[in-house]
Amino acid sequence: MKHWQLHLLVIPPLLFFLIFKYYPMVNAVLAFKDYNVIKGIWGSPWVGFKNFQLFFENPQFWILVKNTIMLSGYQLLAGFPIPIILALMINEVRGGRFKKFVQLVSFAPYFISTVVMVSIVMLFLAPRLGFVNIALNFFGLDSVNFLGEPGMFRSIYVWSDIWQTAGYSAVVYLAALAGIDPTLYEAAKVDGASRFQKIRHVDLPGIVPTIVIILILNVGNVMAIGFEKVYLLQNPLNLANSEIIATYVYRVGLLNANYSFATAVGLFNSIINLILLFTVNGLAKRITKNSIW
Amino acid sequence: MAATVQKKIKESAGDKAFLFTIYLVLGLVVIAVLYPLIFIISSSISSPAAVTSGRVWLWPVDISFKGFEVLFKTPEIITGYANSIFYTAAGTLISVTLTVMIAYPLSRKGFFGRNTLMMIITFTMIFNGGLIPTYLVVREMNLIDTRWALLIPNAIWVWQVIIARSFFQSSIPDELMEASEIDGCSDMRFIWSVVLPLSKPILAVLVLMYAVGQWNAYFDALIYLKSADLFPLQLVLRSIIIQNNSAGGAMDVGKMVEKQQLSELLKYSLIVVATLPVLVIYPFVQRYFVQGMLVGSVKG
Repeated sequence: MKHWQLHLLVIPPLLFFLIFKYYPMVNAVLAFKDYNVIKGIWGSPWVGFKNFQLFFENPQFWILVKNTIMLSGYQLLAGFPIPIILALMINEVRGGRFKKFVQLVSFAPYFISTVVMVSIVMLFLAPRLGFVNIALNFFGLDSVNFLGEPGMFRSIYVWSDIWQTAGYSAVVYLAALAGIDPTLYEAAKVDGASRFQKIRHVDLPGIVPTIVIILILNVGNVMAIGFEKVYLLQNPLNLANSEIIATYVYRVGLLNANYSFATAVGLFNSIINLILLFTVNGLAKRITKNSIW
Repeated sequence: MAATVQKKIKESAGDKAFLFTIYLVLGLVVIAVLYPLIFIISSSISSPAAVTSGRVWLWPVDISFKGFEVLFKTPEIITGYANSIFYTAAGTLISVTLTVMIAYPLSRKGFFGRNTLMMIITFTMIFNGGLIPTYLVVREMNLIDTRWALLIPNAIWVWQVIIARSFFQSSIPDELMEASEIDGCSDMRFIWSVVLPLSKPILAVLVLMYAVGQWNAYFDALIYLKSADLFPLQLVLRSIIIQNNSAGGAMDVGKMVEKQQLSELLKYSLIVVATLPVLVIYPFVQRYFVQGMLVGSVKG
């Protein structure tokens, strides 16, 4: 073969994917078995859909699904438009320096780790010494134990996430805005369009393809909302709203070593997610002619 | 002249007000992002008493470096820091190497099996075996509670492969490769002496993204590691700040109040120490990140 060296080169990465990405997919048959440590995955008895049934009949099932969908739905509703608005606003700024500065600053929190992000949230919202409560007291208001209130959990999660990632997410839209045909702006100018009309009729239509693709990716990930931050923000007081499918899998699977059941729950989640992704992609293809494949 | 006329048309009172509002909102955005960061840095260099009594609003009060002094005397933090430096350096090296090894062949048109391979790896972006099955594989490979557990199981990010591949595709033309083939240059030698030197921008992007990712990661450490002496800084941080296990239990501070104040201050200092390496280099490397994101989104 002509490029045998290239094929040789690909072997280690390919092994990586086979072992750490595909082998786990095979292992997912665990969901249909009753895992026994001594017999191993393949020696354990088949139980059909028993684990799934257990999950669906579990009183927690609807709570978990509701919490997962509510959290990512909220995240989508608030977190999706804001980067677009931010990009449109930054795009209006003509002075190079201020524009760069805004971008630099708003992009920065993206590099803060999840652990530090949650630490900051907890320090600011701490019941006694937290900055927010000290400020509330200053204005004569009572302290609130934000992280202990189940009703506050979703807002804390979503808005801290927007604080952290809006600037980062705006970059893609800014690039799309930079790619809009300049003659369109000239035409708008000649027609006497105001700044707002220009945004409405030139900028927005120009970035619709990008918006649709990002939307597909976001909706397709609704069930895959990150474990990392939710888990760190959880505490026994807010668990009623903060226990989502991903954290439940971790708790039941790794902490209680209930492998088969947790694999079934995880698989259920992945499959729903996959179906969502295909559905949204198909819909977008039909309606807007934009799609990710 | 045409330009001046246009300007006159554009700047109506409504437009001016609109633009003013935009500047105002963006100004508020900048403040909303910067304020918490400044507050944390200020708190970390204020006196313990000032921090706990809420006297720090913006600038440091009674400047003191007590927090940092205590931090650097706390063994678990030193170990965590050293571990994180190791994981970041080793992990980045492994990840970048593996990414280039697969991205470059995928960028060559004549590479047999290119589309199949691409499908194999992109499929992992939309579907995965899940937490437990992956955990069991890592366990089967005897990686649990070893340093390798943080370096190998997530070594390649598909997104990075896509970015690198688009770069190679657009900046290393196939003709260049063919020309060197005629001259009797092997693929390996071509990669080493032509591709890599020409790919410094994308290598910078890969190094930065993987390094930041590795430095900030905690999840793999949480599930795969058990021994505290292997913990990366993020996990130590979680234990001290989020789970509120006070650091420096051995410090000889007499009074209870002082001890409490100090442990509060320590949280701020810890955040600064853990984030500073990234935020200090950030302004210099931001454009590489932006480039990386854009290269990826072109190919989408």
